[in-house]
Amino acid sequence: MSETHAHTTAFVRDAVLPQQPPPATASGPLRWMRDNLFPNWINGIMTLIAIYVIYRIVSGLLPWFISPTWDQPSLSACRALFTELGQSTHQACWGVINDRWRQLMFGFYPAELYWRPTVALFVLLAGLAPVLFGGFPRWFMAFALASPFIIFTLIWGGTIWVPIVVALGLVIAVVAFRGLVKRNAILATFAGIVLPILFWLFLVGPLTAVLSDALPIGLDPVRSNQLGGFLLSVVIGVAAIVLSLPLGILLALGRASDLFIVNKISIAFIEIVRGVPLIVWLFTASLLLNYFLPPGTSFDLTLRVIIMVTLFSAAYIAEVVRGGLAAVPKGQYEGADSLGLSYWQSMQLIVLPQALKISIPGIVNTFIGLFKDTTLVLFIGLLDPLGLTNAIRASTDWNGIYWELFIFIGVLFFVVCYSMGRYSMYLERKLQRENR
Amino acid sequence: MSSMTDSPPRESFRLSQLIYDTRYRSLTIQVFTLVLVCIGIYWLGQNLLTNLASLGLQPNFAFLNSRAGYDITPSIGTWITGYTSAATHWDAALVGVYNTLLVAFLGIILATVLGVIAGVLRLSRNWLVSRMMAVYVEGFRNVPLLLWILLIYSIFSEALPQPRDFREVEGAVSAASMTWGAFAATNRGFYMPAPVWGPGSGVLVAVFVASVVAAVLYRRYARKVLFDTGRMLPMLWPMVVIALLPVIAAYFVLGQPVSLSYPELAGFNFSGGLRVDNALLALWLALSLYTGAFITEIVRAGILSVSKGQTEAASALGMRPNRTMNLVILPQAMRVIIPPLTSQYLNLTKNSSLAIAVGYADVRATLGGISLNQTGRALECMLMLGLLYLALSLAISFVMNLFNASMKLKER
Repeated sequence: MSETHAHTTAFVRDAVLPQQPPPATASGPLRWMRDNLFPNWINGIMTLIAIYVIYRIVSGLLPWFISPTWDQPSLSACRALFTELGQSTHQACWGVINDRWRQLMFGFYPAELYWRPTVALFVLLAGLAPVLFGGFPRWFMAFALASPFIIFTLIWGGTIWVPIVVALGLVIAVVAFRGLVKRNAILATFAGIVLPILFWLFLVGPLTAVLSDALPIGLDPVRSNQLGGFLLSVVIGVAAIVLSLPLGILLALGRASDLFIVNKISIAFIEIVRGVPLIVWLFTASLLLNYFLPPGTSFDLTLRVIIMVTLFSAAYIAEVVRGGLAAVPKGQYEGADSLGLSYWQSMQLIVLPQALKISIPGIVNTFIGLFKDTTLVLFIGLLDPLGLTNAIRASTDWNGIYWELFIFIGVLFFVVCYSMGRYSMYLERKLQRENR
Repeated sequence: MSSMTDSPPRESFRLSQLIYDTRYRSLTIQVFTLVLVCIGIYWLGQNLLTNLASLGLQPNFAFLNSRAGYDITPSIGTWITGYTSAATHWDAALVGVYNTLLVAFLGIILATVLGVIAGVLRLSRNWLVSRMMAVYVEGFRNVPLLLWILLIYSIFSEALPQPRDFREVEGAVSAASMTWGAFAATNRGFYMPAPVWGPGSGVLVAVFVASVVAAVLYRRYARKVLFDTGRMLPMLWPMVVIALLPVIAAYFVLGQPVSLSYPELAGFNFSGGLRVDNALLALWLALSLYTGAFITEIVRAGILSVSKGQTEAASALGMRPNRTMNLVILPQAMRVIIPPLTSQYLNLTKNSSLAIAVGYADVRATLGGISLNQTGRALECMLMLGLLYLALSLAISFVMNLFNASMKLKER
């Protein structure tokens, strides 16, 4: 820059201009709309079509949804209200939810005992918390282990000694295994399996009889056929989820195993169960299971359904876990072998943690499917929420009501299933070890 | 290896080796498992025989040849087999099988179409469209299928007009009117024109099949020319012309052998035309929408699994976006898509047994429903039903595996 040059120019800016905001079309909502809604003409047309579709759906449904009928005691009262207000009768009658939501939740569970399933739900959530999210004190895990027995007692009632004595069997198993494992691993496994079974077969009955005579503590018993509604779905769903995961993992290990017979039996079980619809299995449970049991045995339909649903989803979980097992690099198996770990040690410490991590989305999807499939029990006469809609429609007050109930039930299921899906995403992120 | 096995210290076999020696332990475990399973099966079978004996029942399939004696709503199955209530239980089962196959087939097609479209739209840059597809997917995946079936069926049976609403009343507007004078959606079913096959229509069908085959052959020829010489022949419009022109020509040459019979209002109901049962429609729509939501996610995951470098390489070669999609991305995505797609097809087929909710006469409703209740042969009916679904599943798996093999990466 020469001095002379400065003289020849008419104007030189010597201060920095204040920063200007970007033009309206290059920032803010306009920019966002141009990028995301109208980037080119074909997308613009798609946006317009989408807006039109949404408008049609919303304008069709909104007048139906917004209807001042929360307090109406019956469908005819709703209709009367609409005529009184001079409105179309094509509107929702939400009074049915107000009137019957307890039934949709609890079925025919005695009304004065509604607190018990409610407390059981909180026990379930508290018991699940340490399993689902880390960072709880160790004693809390003990509570999680005890929670199935607490929930059982709360829901079915009866003497508290049955669940306690049954739980004692598990304690015996653990003690026997721990006591013997140092001396002889095989003997310990054997004792850990056989002792509790013998205990349950021969000692539970007399022991509970003695104890409940001596100390008759208990809750009012509730029969299984009084369970219904969303409570029934949750009971079947949670029980089957908890039971099917270990069974599914065992089946997957069996299918991946080198042992010829174990392998073939696992394959046969998995393929037969998966090849046939759940409805057929449920009908088998309700129509045929008694044929296969010793004459004179009859056991609870709810329990039979839980067993069937468990076996069914175990087969699906086995396939998901098999995918996970196959995805673990071969070097990991060989590494475990070269460390001299036994089969179970290598599975437990090396292979399964990695395989299960890979299969989390699939496992959770199976659980979501299982929970949704609990609605099928309506076909064998159990009163799940959808079965109860028929019962509600059968009353004169609510004869002819459909969509309000379906929407309510749909929202309940959506909330539970959607949360499960979100949880699996959270777990995937938490367990992610690779840097991407 | 040989140096190690040259001189093994010969030991006599001890019983404890069955447990402690890994060479024999696997054998022990397997024999143990086998014995346990055999005992279990024996126990179940023994119970079954005792129970059946005490009921005076013998497993017996003779009931299949006895008269069924119940009516089935007219459907594709009754049309194919000519079923009447005088037919046997075996015929009723066949009707059910045809109906199951029909709804599964239609469902698979519609679900695939929906799923592919929604899966591509889900990946669109358009925020609104991709959100809408997300709502569709989450809405259908997180709510039981049974609820959707019941909901759609109740919409059909409660919200659609009755056939008599289509009647034209003097001086008043009728409550409902037919679309294009040919289609009517009523609470008793969906009415549409039915083809009437006149003389010579067989020739027409033959011409149609031949021209479709010719169109496919042309496509193969065009591809071969493209791959051999790089010369690109026009693909779409010649195929359309080859497929349609001979048929149209034959139609007029043969003197219009196929005509349509329109549904017409007679009294309080429609007559003529083709009536599609609402149960079938509701089941079909619900199954397709539900499975379509799962297929959407599968398609999305498949397309996302193709690395971005492939798209970039295709653009670098000067390919237009739709050719990139057809020739580069989709063939690679298909390999990821097909295995889960197969399992969705299987799920759809098995879920078609939910026909029970709407009273559609599928095989579970005929063989596993009315026949079972009438004859009391629960064991035989359930066994046949289970085997049938197993066979269906295996058949679908087999076809899809063939398809998968043809799509596999062909390495030189």
